[in-house]
Amino acid sequence: MESPVQPQPNPLTIPSYTDLPFYRKQVRIALRNCGIINPERIEEYIERGGYLALAKAVTEMTPDEVIGVMKDSKLRGRGGAGFVTGIKWEFARRSPAKPKYVICNADEGDPGAFMDRSILEGDPHSVIEGMAIAAYAIGSEEGYIYCRAEYPLAIAHLKIAIQQAREFGFLGKNIFGTNFSFDLYIKEGAGAFVCGEETALMASIEGRRGEPRPRPPFPAVSGLWNKPSNVNNVKSYAMTPQIILNGAEWFASIGTESSPGTAIFALTGKINHTGLIEVPMGTTLREIIYDIGGGIPGGKQFKAVQTGGPLGGCLPAEALDTPVDFDSLVQAGATMGSGGMIVVDEDTCMVEFAKYFLTFASAESCGKCVPCRIGGRRLLEVLTRIGNGEGKPEDLDEIEYISRNMKEASLCALGQLTPGPVMASLRFFRSEYEAHIYDKKCPAKVCRGLITYKVIEENCTGCMVCKRNCPAGAISGEKRQVHYIDPNICERCGICIEVCKFDAIMIE
Amino acid sequence: MSETLEEQTFDLIPLLAILEEYKNQKGAIIPILQRTQEIYGYLPKPVLKEISKRLRIPISRIQGVATFYAQFHLKRRGRHLIRVCDGTACHVKGAMKTVDVIHEQLQTPPNGSSPDYKYSLEIVYCLGSCGLAPVVVVDDKVYGQTEPDKLVRQLKRLE
Repeated sequence: MESPVQPQPNPLTIPSYTDLPFYRKQVRIALRNCGIINPERIEEYIERGGYLALAKAVTEMTPDEVIGVMKDSKLRGRGGAGFVTGIKWEFARRSPAKPKYVICNADEGDPGAFMDRSILEGDPHSVIEGMAIAAYAIGSEEGYIYCRAEYPLAIAHLKIAIQQAREFGFLGKNIFGTNFSFDLYIKEGAGAFVCGEETALMASIEGRRGEPRPRPPFPAVSGLWNKPSNVNNVKSYAMTPQIILNGAEWFASIGTESSPGTAIFALTGKINHTGLIEVPMGTTLREIIYDIGGGIPGGKQFKAVQTGGPLGGCLPAEALDTPVDFDSLVQAGATMGSGGMIVVDEDTCMVEFAKYFLTFASAESCGKCVPCRIGGRRLLEVLTRIGNGEGKPEDLDEIEYISRNMKEASLCALGQLTPGPVMASLRFFRSEYEAHIYDKKCPAKVCRGLITYKVIEENCTGCMVCKRNCPAGAISGEKRQVHYIDPNICERCGICIEVCKFDAIMIE
Repeated sequence: MSETLEEQTFDLIPLLAILEEYKNQKGAIIPILQRTQEIYGYLPKPVLKEISKRLRIPISRIQGVATFYAQFHLKRRGRHLIRVCDGTACHVKGAMKTVDVIHEQLQTPPNGSSPDYKYSLEIVYCLGSCGLAPVVVVDDKVYGQTEPDKLVRQLKRLE
């Protein structure tokens, strides 16, 4: 039968989502339900095997057996430090004091990172189930989820999920008819990046300023209200039920020998396919950026990838074949962090890029310890100076000196890792720093103190558009005459390049 | 103006309800302050003193918490937040002129509020809309290529 309508594509030719390049290499464990179930309905979580792991743990396994499985799986803490979760649980279990607390760190503060938010919004029950299993293993009856207040939907979904779990008897007294009781409360953050550090986080739950304290004692010995506490990241808890259900061997078979399982990244920046990905540990950066991320848009050159967020480090093109796992990334000069991955191209100045992260990290210093409070400031001053074209040859030594001291002497990971991005970019892009200092040039043509806007005389038609649009009034020239930009007045805002229709303005 | 603030009386009944709700929870200062700010719009000193008295927690500790977290405001804020961009492009296009006109005609000083607390004025650095310079953001609405007098007329029309 003839149809006047354009032929529709055959539905059979629509690829399954698992065949799409973005998904093909992904293995979803923590994200397995995200986007598939309705997070506001516990029935949908149960239908996907939810709370079976908790049932198995509390009715068929002893707490030591649960810890044994977690240790055998070699799951390493997904918050960034990579400490083996099972060993952490064992420390908390062996602590004699009571009561004990289970805490979920959901204070995801890295700019550009949204792994934890997606899990809490899309599959809150997986986190609740993981926490309940942890509580059973260490002998705790009370848990807290510390979630940043900037995640209102995550908090709303968690509240619904906790309520439903109570109604179904997965939280509360005598869970699954056993002696095990456990309940869970949400604590909202109030806007402080440092509260992602576990001792600061616990201080905040206690209603104090979120300042870290020296460790030891570790939370497993003396944590919340000086009682034994177990703090894990959202992703670690979300993976726990699957490990209990499918066994340690299954989990250990995914990923690499020393970093089993999957890694979750928020892939952002100059990349064709941005989004949340979950891949087996050991996948190379190249596979993530080119096969999953679809490469760099606009035919531009890949320059660097920043892993580990504002406290991580960047890696250059030579390191693209580095497998992503806790140890390889550190060895290469970056960190795993909690999962931010920002790709930048040739248009990014690495000095400016490092300065951006440093500005963030130093502003979030809590001010308790001197190396972090003052070191961050001094480091930022040096980088600002270099970016303004006032860098001195000795500045590079100065950066290394301050960074080393911050790394050695800061109280918590925030101060220890604040110099990370600067150190990594100095290591891999030293020539860019040197160009700023010695040649007074910014190779990526970004740093305002080091660039000049110039009219390309052959291209300029004298249309006067740039002259009219220049906010500083730096452009002169008559109609149909070549224009001139006065570098002393020019503010380097770039508006003239945007408005010029003849590509007649360049940056030098 | 600070005297009027101190003298101003606050309806403490909603505060008492909050304190009652959290009375059996230990370490609840942060949620109490969050709820208090939802009611009063900020954390007024007399209210903080009342919290201190009723919870038997020194005011210094409460103040310490309130100043640590970015979420808490200790100064009363107007119903409408005017943010004037003073990034490079806006600066050269006369952002400070806008600030002066708002200060003069709406009695709203930079980083302060008008006496009737209709407006608060903040100067911010680069909102990333240099093509629209000078940029002013009122509540969540962006105004580009603003002319001070026209902007003030629009601001006066707000509730």
